[in-house]
Amino acid sequence: MSVRSTVHALPTLLRVGFAGAVAYRAEMFVWALATTMPLIMLALWLAVAREAPMGRLGKPELIAYFLATFVVRQLTASWVCWNINSEVRDGTLAMRLLRPVHPLVAYAAENIAAIPVRGLVSLPIAIAALLLVGTGPLTRDPALWIVWAISMLGAWLVTLFTNFAIGCLSLFLESSIKLMDVWFSLFLVFSGYLIPIELFPPGMRAVGDWLPFRYQMGLPVELMTGAHDRAAAFALLGRQWLVVAVLGGVVAFVWRRGLGRFAAYGG
Amino acid sequence: MTVLRYLRLLGVQLRASTVLGMQYRVDFVLDGIIEVFWAITSIVPLFVVYSARASVAGWSFGESLLVVGWFTLLGGVLEGAISPSLFNVVEHIRKGTLDFVLLKPADAQFLVCTARLQPWRAVNVATAVAIFVYAFRSLGHGPSWLGIAMSLALLAASTAVLFSLGILTVSAAFYVVRIDNLMHLFISIFDAARWPSSVFRGALRFVFTFVIPLALMTTYPAQALLGKLPLSTFVFSLLGALIFVGISRAVWLHSIGKYTSASS
Repeated sequence: MSVRSTVHALPTLLRVGFAGAVAYRAEMFVWALATTMPLIMLALWLAVAREAPMGRLGKPELIAYFLATFVVRQLTASWVCWNINSEVRDGTLAMRLLRPVHPLVAYAAENIAAIPVRGLVSLPIAIAALLLVGTGPLTRDPALWIVWAISMLGAWLVTLFTNFAIGCLSLFLESSIKLMDVWFSLFLVFSGYLIPIELFPPGMRAVGDWLPFRYQMGLPVELMTGAHDRAAAFALLGRQWLVVAVLGGVVAFVWRRGLGRFAAYGG
Repeated sequence: MTVLRYLRLLGVQLRASTVLGMQYRVDFVLDGIIEVFWAITSIVPLFVVYSARASVAGWSFGESLLVVGWFTLLGGVLEGAISPSLFNVVEHIRKGTLDFVLLKPADAQFLVCTARLQPWRAVNVATAVAIFVYAFRSLGHGPSWLGIAMSLALLAASTAVLFSLGILTVSAAFYVVRIDNLMHLFISIFDAARWPSSVFRGALRFVFTFVIPLALMTTYPAQALLGKLPLSTFVFSLLGALIFVGISRAVWLHSIGKYTSASS
């Protein structure tokens, strides 16, 4: 499982993943359509803003914010937890272990390879957003766009790592999908997906700042829509990567401990 | 006579589902906890919104809580009775085992709709009642008996509409087979029912009132509890629900004519 062989295998893994994403394009399209939550939340917040803007956020800012959450969600998606759960149950994880590539890398490649197809789905939403509200609510600072790109990578890594770590818990429990549901409901509340974090009451905000959820979703969206100046952006980016590092440690630990318990059935 | 027979059949199906469900006891508890979490996620945004505003789209905090209560309740019906049963139909169609259902001496639509009930989703009912109590406490008055009766009639109507929409979705499975995705899509559209329908504007409001009548499912029952639902809306809702049931019945009968057994 050397670094060289992994790097060598990466293009093939990406090609296979891309072929898979193209093969199931209709399925992926329906999944993307099923991402209705940003639009449902947008309707509520627009109804609120009809009377007066919420702080900094008026109608164009809210439209930009929630369509940005849609795009970020599409581009940073990961479904590794479900993969691991089904592969542990039917024993096909054994096949993955035989390959000279760490399963995390293989799963990650699968997720990355789907990004072009998912990007294609979110493109119309992004264009619609630009047509509706123009570039006004977006940040104009090129440095912040670079920070945004790094935060997108960070957001995807946080999502991937939590998926992988919770997925590995299925090696201890029979199934960890329910735990993922609990994680997801916390994500909904604390990530900025339902409520822009700047509108949180102070107490909830203080809690949210120290949880990983905001760095999965809220941070890139806020950076895109110009909620932070450079200093704040760098500080938040630092925190995000701290979360990435901690979760990386958790993943390594859970994987090593969990693998010892793996017993392939069938496969 | 037939009604009695079908009621007894419903009892049998319910018992079978319970026995089946009891095998996964840990799931029972976990599912219950998760349902409560979901209810909380739909309430938290309201807390944040109403900390800044006294009313949104003509609804106060307590009033919108009632809508969330109905949303939670119907979410239980959808996840606990409708979607598992309909996923089951899709499985039957794919494998060709629908034959065995069609051969039974009872109505096939009734059988598939009641095949996979999940009694533990009753947690949602308890959660919804808790939300109702909290909502009326913050409103400072209780519902009238007439309001309760009307909202229960609407609950029956919306359950019927949800089943009809489910049957319409599943009927597509007779033609294209892979459909479980479409059920997910349907469930995610239902998420829009968590807000009062006046939150939505323009085309969306039309769709949510007449095409996918989410307004009938959560907003009208909440208005009925508040005593604010016009009688004409109430009557038209019940009529509309009847039409939905009629259409879905016709489509189901037509699609079943197209069914070609896959294997067996």
